[in-house]
Amino acid sequence: MTDSNELIRLSAAALAAKLGAREVTSVEVTQAYLDRIAAVDGQVNAFLHVNAEEALAVAAEVDAIRAAGGAAAEELHELAGVPIAVKDLIVTIGQPTTAGSKILEGWHSPYDATVIKKLRAAKMPILGKTNLDEFAMGSSTEHSAYGPTRNPWDLDRIPGGSGGGSAAAVAAFEAPLALGTDTGGSIRQPGAVTGTVGVKPTYGAVSRYGAIAMASSLDQIGPVSRTVLDSALLQEVIGGHDPQDSTSLTDSFDNLVAAARTGNVKGMKIGIIKELHGEGYQAGVENRFNESLELLKEAGAEIVEVSCPNFKYALGAYYLIMPSEVSSNLAKFDGVRFGLRVLPKEGPLTIERVMGATRAAGFGDEVKRRIILGTYALSAGYYDAYYGSAQKVRTLIQRDFDAAFAQADVLISPTAPTTAFKLGEKLNDPLAMYLNDVATIPANMAGVPGLSLPGGLADEDGLPVGIQLLAPAREDARLYRVGAVLESLLEEKWGGPLLDRAPELQAPAIGAANTVGGSN
Amino acid sequence: MSADTILSFEEAMEKYDPVLGFEVHVELNTKTKMFSSAPNVFGDDPNTNVNEVDLGLPGVLPVVNKAAVESSIKIGLALNCKIAETCRFARKNYFYPDTPKNFQTSQYDEPIAYDGYLDIELEDGTVFRVEIERAHMEEDAGKLTHMGGAAGRIQGADYSLVDYNRAGVPLVEIVTKPIEGAGSRAPELAKAYVAAVREIVKNLGVSDARMERGNVRCDANVSLRPHGQERFGIRSETKNVNSLRAVEHAVRFEIQRHAAVLDSGQPVIQETRHWHEDTRTTTSGRAKSDADDYRYFPEPDLVPVVASREWVEELRATLPEPPAERRKRLQADWGYSDLEFRDVVNAGVMDSIEETIAAGASASVARKWWMGEIVGRAKTADVDPAELGVSPQTIVELNALVEEGKINNKMASQVLDGVLAGEGTPAEIVEKRGLAVVSDDGPLLEAIDAALAAQPDIAEKIRGGKLQAIGAIVGGVMKATRGQADAGRVKELILERLGVEG
Repeated sequence: MTDSNELIRLSAAALAAKLGAREVTSVEVTQAYLDRIAAVDGQVNAFLHVNAEEALAVAAEVDAIRAAGGAAAEELHELAGVPIAVKDLIVTIGQPTTAGSKILEGWHSPYDATVIKKLRAAKMPILGKTNLDEFAMGSSTEHSAYGPTRNPWDLDRIPGGSGGGSAAAVAAFEAPLALGTDTGGSIRQPGAVTGTVGVKPTYGAVSRYGAIAMASSLDQIGPVSRTVLDSALLQEVIGGHDPQDSTSLTDSFDNLVAAARTGNVKGMKIGIIKELHGEGYQAGVENRFNESLELLKEAGAEIVEVSCPNFKYALGAYYLIMPSEVSSNLAKFDGVRFGLRVLPKEGPLTIERVMGATRAAGFGDEVKRRIILGTYALSAGYYDAYYGSAQKVRTLIQRDFDAAFAQADVLISPTAPTTAFKLGEKLNDPLAMYLNDVATIPANMAGVPGLSLPGGLADEDGLPVGIQLLAPAREDARLYRVGAVLESLLEEKWGGPLLDRAPELQAPAIGAANTVGGSN
Repeated sequence: MSADTILSFEEAMEKYDPVLGFEVHVELNTKTKMFSSAPNVFGDDPNTNVNEVDLGLPGVLPVVNKAAVESSIKIGLALNCKIAETCRFARKNYFYPDTPKNFQTSQYDEPIAYDGYLDIELEDGTVFRVEIERAHMEEDAGKLTHMGGAAGRIQGADYSLVDYNRAGVPLVEIVTKPIEGAGSRAPELAKAYVAAVREIVKNLGVSDARMERGNVRCDANVSLRPHGQERFGIRSETKNVNSLRAVEHAVRFEIQRHAAVLDSGQPVIQETRHWHEDTRTTTSGRAKSDADDYRYFPEPDLVPVVASREWVEELRATLPEPPAERRKRLQADWGYSDLEFRDVVNAGVMDSIEETIAAGASASVARKWWMGEIVGRAKTADVDPAELGVSPQTIVELNALVEEGKINNKMASQVLDGVLAGEGTPAEIVEKRGLAVVSDDGPLLEAIDAALAAQPDIAEKIRGGKLQAIGAIVGGVMKATRGQADAGRVKELILERLGVEG
């Protein structure tokens, strides 16, 4: 019997082992997490919806199957009974899906996303839906219509975004695993600033069916966890070809867990991207980055420097392609078929005016900003100069990656230029906010996979720093191999996981906690 | 709204040269929709053939229907088009509630088929080549029904109902290049062109091709320019002209209207026009300029459609004979005169005759039955002849009964009525209705003797070699047997009786 406070700090792999050995039940694990959510989420605000009843039912089902033994128990997935949180951009039957927006408040999807079907098939209890910047647009989760999520390392700071809810939930031990989506860094940058692991798989490695689209050509669902191995386990659950997503790859990605367990980087070439460190990067970030390079070198990797000269255009091109796709993808939110409908306060009730009033009331400022940008960029007479040029930049970035991967097996950079900033600090300066994603965006533009893992704490503020690894498309396994090695070298140095150093979240005063059903 | 002034067609033609252009939308009859697995079925209860993709719910993604691509390639090939090796879909962005995503997934600058032509044969045999600019794939919109207000239009309606069953139905839009040089035959050409497209897609089996159900829909562009001027005039686009007759009338009306506008010194307004079947006129729709901004961009949720040369050639090999060539071949095979064949085509019984011949009838017998008996009944019943319920087998059986002398033509017509009334097979009906020709010579001889006795002078004439007089005796016998005698046999017996060589 494990104490519930110990239980929630176990990795998913360790939990899976305990569940498999019947040292603990899934109901105990799930309840421990629900209790933790009840205790701390009032401060963190990682969850928009807690799915206690269903999660416990799935946990009980897994426990019953294991107790009965036999073939059914044998066939259980390795992660069966391990709970998970889901970013509220991914649609789920039985729970609301808001995308962090007022325009979808109260909406229930009549269908499950493909990744949700896979979680259900693996019998992983879904703890609930996590907070995000509205429609995943932001780098701080402050653009959620349901209030910001706070960084468990410092409640006055942002947890990154857009997937701040998933990262904070995992960092605050409210879940061992979570799903995120990454369009320009929304999994990796929150991972970096919360001291957790986040992976954006190769574009097409995980089905996007049921992830509410922000920018279709850039979006990718991926794992959020506390260890590299846990992310590998989760990516193997959610990955694979989906006939409902035309952009999904037919390649198999079943070598990820094995890669995470390989445990050496001897002879691997690791490329430092000249353009993604140095100027503009916080000193503490730079120091932790250099420390990781040293560790990898000591472990037998060869460190080389590569240049990706077109990466400097990536942010600009991203802010043309992404909003262009946003302007079209978000057109369906019009109050006609689902979600919020707002009638104009005065004047005639025409369909155009109802759509206009609905969108004016339902969307937040950042969403509107991007819709307007994108509408402009796609307009006749501007298309070639904006969207067309941005697509050319995209090709140049892909070529830069091709050239870099001719010289190195994986590339390495800091995940974000700074550690977590204070809530509100960049809220009124969109450009400063956008700069957070300068190191993560190139991977989305080229469709290559990227992983962020904790690199230590910055000297000047004691906050987590993220190290980003990038691999060629379809070579996600390399990320897990190098990531797992670097993680173990760092943890050896620290004497344990980085999250052990996070401050204890104090149980809140009575009345401040979220109430969560099913607590014992 | 005051009615538009129009010029007479003749006067319009004296002064101006019409330029036409057509956008014909063809709904494909694939089992499922263009981008979703929902059924593509006409006429079901509203909003039953929809899934989350058709409703554009958050998170959904499209998947291209391969059968629709195949049909589109076939249409392209039948229109003598080139088929793109790879092509992409694009999003056409506009807000309208019949389009669930508020964009239509269509093709923009990369149509699957392009640069084709169609040779159109007019009624007098003149062949006119219409150049095809492109044929591209897209999805249909839902169907809006505007309630309250006048004329079923959105303006002034109290509310609108929307049926998304049609949303996502696969469409191929066929766009012509500007059609010049049709002159006064423009309205006729318009009708013939749309008829040819309809015939082709029907013949390919890729569409039900029923215009009354909107399977084939035509937008007709018309502009006029003074004779001798090269530059095109400003065009109008008459939307949803959905019968062949209406296409002809709409083009004719627009030519007359444009001519009157130009004559008055005003510029023609570039706009869409609504067609009114009742008055055979058009009225102003919405202003349409080339600067309509749909913010097209490549559909990021779909990968390019790749049509390998092997696949295209495979499909080409499966194409049925083109309708025009088929007609030429059938006329030659059947030995019909031009006039006979045109009547058959116009009556819409060419396919039926072909099937009847295949079932064993001769070309002349098949024509006699379809044109003589069935077309008239179909007209009375107000259905297509092929849908009246007469199978080729029925005709073969009926004809055999006649040729075997079991029934005569008059009876055969009654038997056909019986078949249509569902009384059974021709043989059964002959039996049930007691229609068999009297072939027992006993009763016939009695009747013949009576007839000869009644008209001795005629009997004498026949004996004298005036064989044509026999008709009067035959008539008497037929009357006596209430038409149930085989006239041929009667004739033989009369001659036998009178000892005359036939």
